[in-house]
Amino acid sequence: MANEDGEAMALVPGLVKGLAVTGSTVIRTVFPKRGIKTLVPAPSQGSATVQYPHVKEAPPTRARGVIALHEGNCTACMLCARECPDWCIYIEGHKEKAPPRRAGGKPRQVNKLDRFDIDYALCMFCGICVDVCPFEALFWSPEYEFSEPRIADLLHDKARLADWMETVPEFEDYEAGSSAKKAKVPPT
Amino acid sequence: MTLSAMISGIGVFSELSYWQVTSIRVAAGLVAVLLVAGTLVYVHLFKIVSFMQSRLGPMEAGPYGSLQLLAEIGKFLQKEDIVPRRADRFVFKAAPFVVLASTFLLLVVLPGGPDAWFISNDLGIYLAMAVGSVSVIGILMAGWGSASKYSLLGGLRATGQLIAYELPLLLAVVGVVIQAESMNLQQIVLVQANGEIFGWGAIGNPFIITQFVGFLIFMVAMQAELTQTPFDMPVAESELVTGYMTEYSGLRFLLFFIGEFATAGVFSAIAAVLFLGGWYVPGLEPTDNLFNVIGPLVLIGKVVLLSFLIFWIRFTFPRFREDQLQRLAWKFLVPLALANIVVTAVLKVVI
Repeated sequence: MANEDGEAMALVPGLVKGLAVTGSTVIRTVFPKRGIKTLVPAPSQGSATVQYPHVKEAPPTRARGVIALHEGNCTACMLCARECPDWCIYIEGHKEKAPPRRAGGKPRQVNKLDRFDIDYALCMFCGICVDVCPFEALFWSPEYEFSEPRIADLLHDKARLADWMETVPEFEDYEAGSSAKKAKVPPT
Repeated sequence: MTLSAMISGIGVFSELSYWQVTSIRVAAGLVAVLLVAGTLVYVHLFKIVSFMQSRLGPMEAGPYGSLQLLAEIGKFLQKEDIVPRRADRFVFKAAPFVVLASTFLLLVVLPGGPDAWFISNDLGIYLAMAVGSVSVIGILMAGWGSASKYSLLGGLRATGQLIAYELPLLLAVVGVVIQAESMNLQQIVLVQANGEIFGWGAIGNPFIITQFVGFLIFMVAMQAELTQTPFDMPVAESELVTGYMTEYSGLRFLLFFIGEFATAGVFSAIAAVLFLGGWYVPGLEPTDNLFNVIGPLVLIGKVVLLSFLIFWIRFTFPRFREDQLQRLAWKFLVPLALANIVVTAVLKVVI
């Protein structure tokens, strides 16, 4: 409403325009077909949304759905657990002797992972753990359907997190010619 | 049952005893309020609004989500009926019933056909406007009884707004009353049905043509009476949670919810009777017995049409600020309505 009442009538074109926007959206949604079938209502085709449980939209490849663990790369360095704002990553490990790389060498000392749990009931999907991991052991997967009836089942253990690795898409270049910067995942 | 048998059945209607007629009218009143409210919520609130936002709305419960409302009612009935500890218990609990009672009382004067009416008295529209304002008391009770600052502010805002917009609503009706020479809604329908536009009587004379300014004022004031957006300052969720309904849950919230949309339906019906010719459709004699059957359906059709306007406006425009809202009522609508009355009265005498 205008400050002066005389200006009230000047608002009428804008009001009509607003009604036209919503009104035309109704018509576009209910009657999306063209040509001879124009008058056949088909709102399920005209709507911009999909009916989720029946129809699933593919998430973008870099969507932050769930965090996957590449166990062979993890050194139990605890960086992710310490950076996690929610303290939802639980890591336990022990030191172990591994056979030497070359014949005649000394056995190597490696950190072996006993436990790696992420509690998705606490996780806020900030992705700091993925960023902070120096050994390329954590990856974003676009999968998003992992709700559970029991909250305790949202604690994903090492095996479950490793299973998500299958859903991690191939790494795509951030931009053309940036393949030099491509993150490398060495074989386990 | 064939149509003719139904019509002759209505002919028997006048020979029924008082309690039979009364119980039929109570049942018809319940159906008229609940069915119309359900239709409006499903067709407009669930579907049309979804289409305005390029989505489908509820689709799971029943075909095209048509049973969604039953699911919602079941949900509300399961919820706990919470009363705040400091609340004025009696006032808090009675408030939704007062609001709903005003809706049912509004319905009483509406005619659905030449013989299908609840009460026919010459107070008519005056009675409707009077009991329509009873809901203000219910809302003030809810706002006061909740012992919550949001509820109190919402209740006070609602009261201020409802009182401000009662006036243009009533004044817009006066134009129709002058032209119809009656406050009886049945009579107003008959005047429109028998009317002529410059001697051409094919469609009667719906008052939306001669009282178009009154119609516009009535629709705007109605929107405000129903506290629908853009006049939803009393329930502004960004500042007052849901205003006077904040502390309500379960069944009592459901009653407020039904009251809101049933009132939208009943006010649309009053607007349809006043301006669109009520239960009359052109092509039949207004005394035709058939109107006792199709009249209510015609009226519901006109109600759906008019309430579509309400919901179209509701989901298009943003909210008025409190001072803008009051200024629109007192400085624009009231003078316009008064001018409309003067012009109508002068033309009535001159022509």
